[in-house]
Formats: sequence, C-alpha cells, structure tokens
Amino acid sequence: MEIKMDMISEDKINSMGSMEKLRFVLDGVKSGNIVVLEGGLTPEEQMKLIELTMMEVNEDFPGIEMSGYPAKRGFLNLRRKTRLTVIGPAKVMRTIKKEKDLISAMISAI
Amino acid sequence: MKSNKSRRGILSRLIKALFFREKTAKIGIYGPPNAGKTTLANRIIHTFVDENEDIGVSTEVPHETRRAVRRGGIIIDVKSKSVQNPNPNSNPESMTAGRKAKGRLKLDVVDTPGLATKIDFHEFMAYGLEEEEAKRRAKEATEGVIEAIKWLDDIDGIVLLMDSTKDPYTQTNIVIVGNMEARGTPIIIAANKMDLADAAPQRIINAFPQHPVIPISALKGENMEALYEEMARRFR
Repeated sequence: MEIKMDMISEDKINSMGSMEKLRFVLDGVKSGNIVVLEGGLTPEEQMKLIELTMMEVNEDFPGIEMSGYPAKRGFLNLRRKTRLTVIGPAKVMRTIKKEKDLISAMISAI
Repeated sequence: MKSNKSRRGILSRLIKALFFREKTAKIGIYGPPNAGKTTLANRIIHTFVDENEDIGVSTEVPHETRRAVRRGGIIIDVKSKSVQNPNPNSNPESMTAGRKAKGRLKLDVVDTPGLATKIDFHEFMAYGLEEEEAKRRAKEATEGVIEAIKWLDDIDGIVLLMDSTKDPYTQTNIVIVGNMEARGTPIIIAANKMDLADAAPQRIINAFPQHPVIPISALKGENMEALYEEMARRFR
C-alpha cells in the first residue's frame, strides 16, 4: 500500500483561516495522507485539531498522530514563531522518538 | 448595647464577605491517560477534606475517567503540615530548593479525562473488555477528551501530571504547556510515579525547564508537601 505525503508550504497555510486550515489537515489525514506543515500549527490550533479529531473518531478512524516542535519565542518574547508540524493517521504513523530537535516517526502501510 | 455589638459583628462579617473574600482557585488536573490524575485528586481530598472520600476510581485501564469531576471547597493549608523529604536518597526537594512557601489556598479541584490524539477501541479489548463495551468506552473517552479541552476556558491554574517513567516529550504534553503559556495560566508539572525504579523526573525537568517540576508519588503520598507548597505559592 502506498502512502501519500503532502508537504504544505507556510505561504499556503498562512493563506487559510484557522478553521479552514484544521479542516484541510484533518481531511488529508482521514484520507490516509501524512501532512507536513512547513510553518506548523500554534498550540491553540493543535488543541483545536485534537478536539476536532475526537469528534470524528470512529471504528475506522481511531485518531491522529501528531508531532512538532514547540513554538519559538520571538522579539521581546512577545511573538511566537511556530515550527514544523507533522500529522498522520494513527493507524499508519507512530512517533518512535521525539526530542527537542529531532522527531523520528515510523510509517507503516496496513 | 448588646444589639449594637451584634449589629457591628454582622456588619463586619458582611464587609469581610463582600470585600475580603478568600478567592477560590479552580485548578484542573491534566495529563495523558494513566498518568495518575484521579489518584492525585483523591490524595488531595484525602489529605485536606475526608480520607474516606474519593473523587473517582483509578484502574490500569486507560481512560477510566471519562467525565470531568469537580470537587469544591478544598482548603490547602501548608502551615499546618510538616515539610519532609520522604525519599532522602533521591532528594527530590533539591529540585525545588529555595521555593518553599507557606500559605493557605482555597480551591476547587477538577479531575479531567486524559488528553489523547487517538482512541482505539482495540486497546481496551487488550484489557479484557468485550468488543461492545470497548467501543462504548472509546466513544465516551472521545467525549471526555473534548470535555477536558472545554474545561481549560474555566480554570485558573493547572497541575499537569506526567508519568516519570515515560518520555515526557509527547505532543499532548507540549500542546497543554503551549496553550497554558499562551493564555498566561499558571502551571505546575508534577512528575508522578517517582516511587518506581525506572522513574526519571530529571527528564521532565530537562524537557520543560521554564516551569516548576515537582517529583511526587500520588499513590504513596511521597513529596506531596512540596507540591502543596508550590500550589499555595503559584495559584494564590
């Protein structure tokens, strides 16, 4: 089985509204794709994505696996810069190692 | 004369009640499934309210708590409790050195369902549940996660519980910490299960150096005084 990976640029993500972005990610993941977001999601968006995912969990879709780096503090600690986030279906993706600057994920076809 | 005194007493009580009321902090106990959230909530209630009262049941099956439960009217008075290091060999208090605080904190504790990004009913079947029961539990668990997230809007501070025997750098931990930082909500990380041989609270301290990390064993009641002190200091 082939697994598709969508790598989404920061520009594309920034052109979307918050809900549009989450819908786009979740629809991609529910179709079986791994979605990599260059600019990442904010912690608030990630929490919303968890909430949205839980509303759609069923026997065929047990949820998502998500990995990303924490947001970086910007000028005067005011602006937070989000970084890469990887989201995939829990059935095929499993984070096997996660450190401050390293994410290792296993992707296995069913 | 007597009635004047009594009136003054009522008036002063009324003024106190209106203007000098002790604020009640609503504290959420958050964390991944099986971190020991209900055990901690029970421990707090046993210590400060009633040793026979339980807020919920703890088992080894994940997502045992599937509804948020609030217990109000808890008064944590750290002055009345002696401060001891229950495990001198590991010296966990050295990690919070210089942060001792005394005080009184009136709080409501909210024991929340474990946060997760996936809930697979097959996982419950591995614990011996029948398929139908496992599916029902999975459905309730998803609702529980949503409820826990909704509660974040109503709380004044959180105790984020992590299992010291596990890797703390999970996405749910990062998401909770990130959300609390964005909201400016005070957070204390409790590194639970410090009594276990493979516990490594230092990993949690290294992963979240910007927040106070208190190693505890909610089950055995170890180093709880350090946690209560930090709660009294941070959530007042």
